[in-house]
Amino acid sequence: MAMLTDLLVISAANRIIGLIRDVFVALDPDTAQAVEVLLYFLVMVLYAILCELLLNGQTLGKRIFKLRVVDASGLRLEPSQVIIRNLLRLVDGLPMFYLLGGITCLLNTRMQRLGDIAASTVVVRIPEVSHPDLDNVLGSKYNSLLEHRHLCARLRQRVTPEVAAIALEALTRRDRLDPVARLKVFAGLAAHFRELVDFPAAATESLGDEQYVRNVVEILYRAG
Amino acid sequence: MLIDLPRFVNAERPHWQALEAILKRFENDPDLRLPIDEAQRFHYLYQRTGSALSRISTFASEPELKQYLEWLVSRAYSIIHGQAERRRFHPWRWFTVTLPTTFRRRIQAFQMSLALTVLGALFGVIALAIDPEAKSALMPFSHLTGRPSERVAQENADRGKRLEGRKTTFSASLMTHNTKVAIFTMGLGISYGLGTIVLLFYNGVILGAVAFDYVMDGQTIFLLGWLLPHGVIEIPAILLGGQAGFIIAHALIGWGDRRITRAQRIREAAPDIVTIIAGAGVFLIWAGIVEAFFSQYHEPVVPYGIKIAFGCVEFAGLIFFLWKGGANSEQNNSSKA
Repeated sequence: MAMLTDLLVISAANRIIGLIRDVFVALDPDTAQAVEVLLYFLVMVLYAILCELLLNGQTLGKRIFKLRVVDASGLRLEPSQVIIRNLLRLVDGLPMFYLLGGITCLLNTRMQRLGDIAASTVVVRIPEVSHPDLDNVLGSKYNSLLEHRHLCARLRQRVTPEVAAIALEALTRRDRLDPVARLKVFAGLAAHFRELVDFPAAATESLGDEQYVRNVVEILYRAG
Repeated sequence: MLIDLPRFVNAERPHWQALEAILKRFENDPDLRLPIDEAQRFHYLYQRTGSALSRISTFASEPELKQYLEWLVSRAYSIIHGQAERRRFHPWRWFTVTLPTTFRRRIQAFQMSLALTVLGALFGVIALAIDPEAKSALMPFSHLTGRPSERVAQENADRGKRLEGRKTTFSASLMTHNTKVAIFTMGLGISYGLGTIVLLFYNGVILGAVAFDYVMDGQTIFLLGWLLPHGVIEIPAILLGGQAGFIIAHALIGWGDRRITRAQRIREAAPDIVTIIAGAGVFLIWAGIVEAFFSQYHEPVVPYGIKIAFGCVEFAGLIFFLWKGGANSEQNNSSKA
């Protein structure tokens, strides 16, 4: 999608070049045509290079789709790397429609096209730092587990990020789950959390599986 | 490790925000140089954020926070450990000093380019000598397949009017086409040099076959007058593309330089590759102008002697430029070192 966006930008630039040619063709057709040939070439070659140099590894398409070119070793991206990766689009584009570059991407574990390999760069997705709307998901019920701060701390330590994300996701999507499936999902999650940390019976006896998971998610994501 | 996460986050967040602000300044101005106290603060914030990342990395509770800190630390790492000095670009100094000195430093790659083209040319000569019928296969260009003497007669009668009213367009087309060929020759270096080898050899075959064809038809003077003015710049420019391609191939393979990783080799070679291919681009602009506005005129409009002399002077100038350009600066640098 980022590449398509960039192609659209280049097409728009080419359209403008065509209009400039049309204006000057009456004055000197030869020079107007020559300027058109040169500008087409410069736009094709320099668009991505200049964008990535000026926008820190991003073209307009990459900026919209939150992608960025970075050095493969995690070092600062050098201008020479940007130039090489973009000049090699000529080879990546072989024999047509970026076929060679596309196949190389698919075969490469870091999704590098030939230009990226030659320049030692890689295109990464910029993570979005967003916080879930916990108030909406958790509600405002009393959380009996919070009484036991040392056990809460242990729970935070033992739950993996992946499981925490699954539990939050399950709560977010609970209304869309089939009732039987919902009971099964929350039973499984609650059993898993109970295995990790054993809260006193007084704190858990009146809690159903879903509320147990809700309390655990509150501990993991919000409470201290 | 047990920590009170909310309190920890509240205490640390100002430091993360301070680090993020410095990172944004770097990203907005890649040439930014921090004063020593700010640089020390930057380094301190980087270390502190790295430490915070390490402390919260076992926590499930804030995957977004972990991701945010990883992003901060990796960006700071790339700035601190990236190339320390980034010089401002001076076009004249780049052309007169950086280009020729880089060319000489990487002369082996150029010699390889030259050797392959010469080999290809010899092959073209021998192939055409053995089998004149192979001409159309060796020279896939319609204007070269006829008899050279017929073309010479036609060009002389035409008096350069063939391109009347479209010389500038022709020149621009030559520049862009030849620059694409040079970039392509460089880019094929990614095939561990095999593509570059094939392309240079093939260019040599065409050159050798064309030259042999014209010489055997008694048109040596026309050939020299036609090719030398632009060819003495254009052909070396394509060889420079090959040189850049072989530098890529060398960095990928790592012959004699396996102490460092492939990524490091590429990073070190990248400025030289760009310098050489950009130099080829500059030469091809000149060659395009000469080919469109000078090479296409033949006797009696422009005497062959003048064209050949012009080509020889250009060639001598090119050799002198690449051989001696920036030598004083190079000596000064080595004596300082």
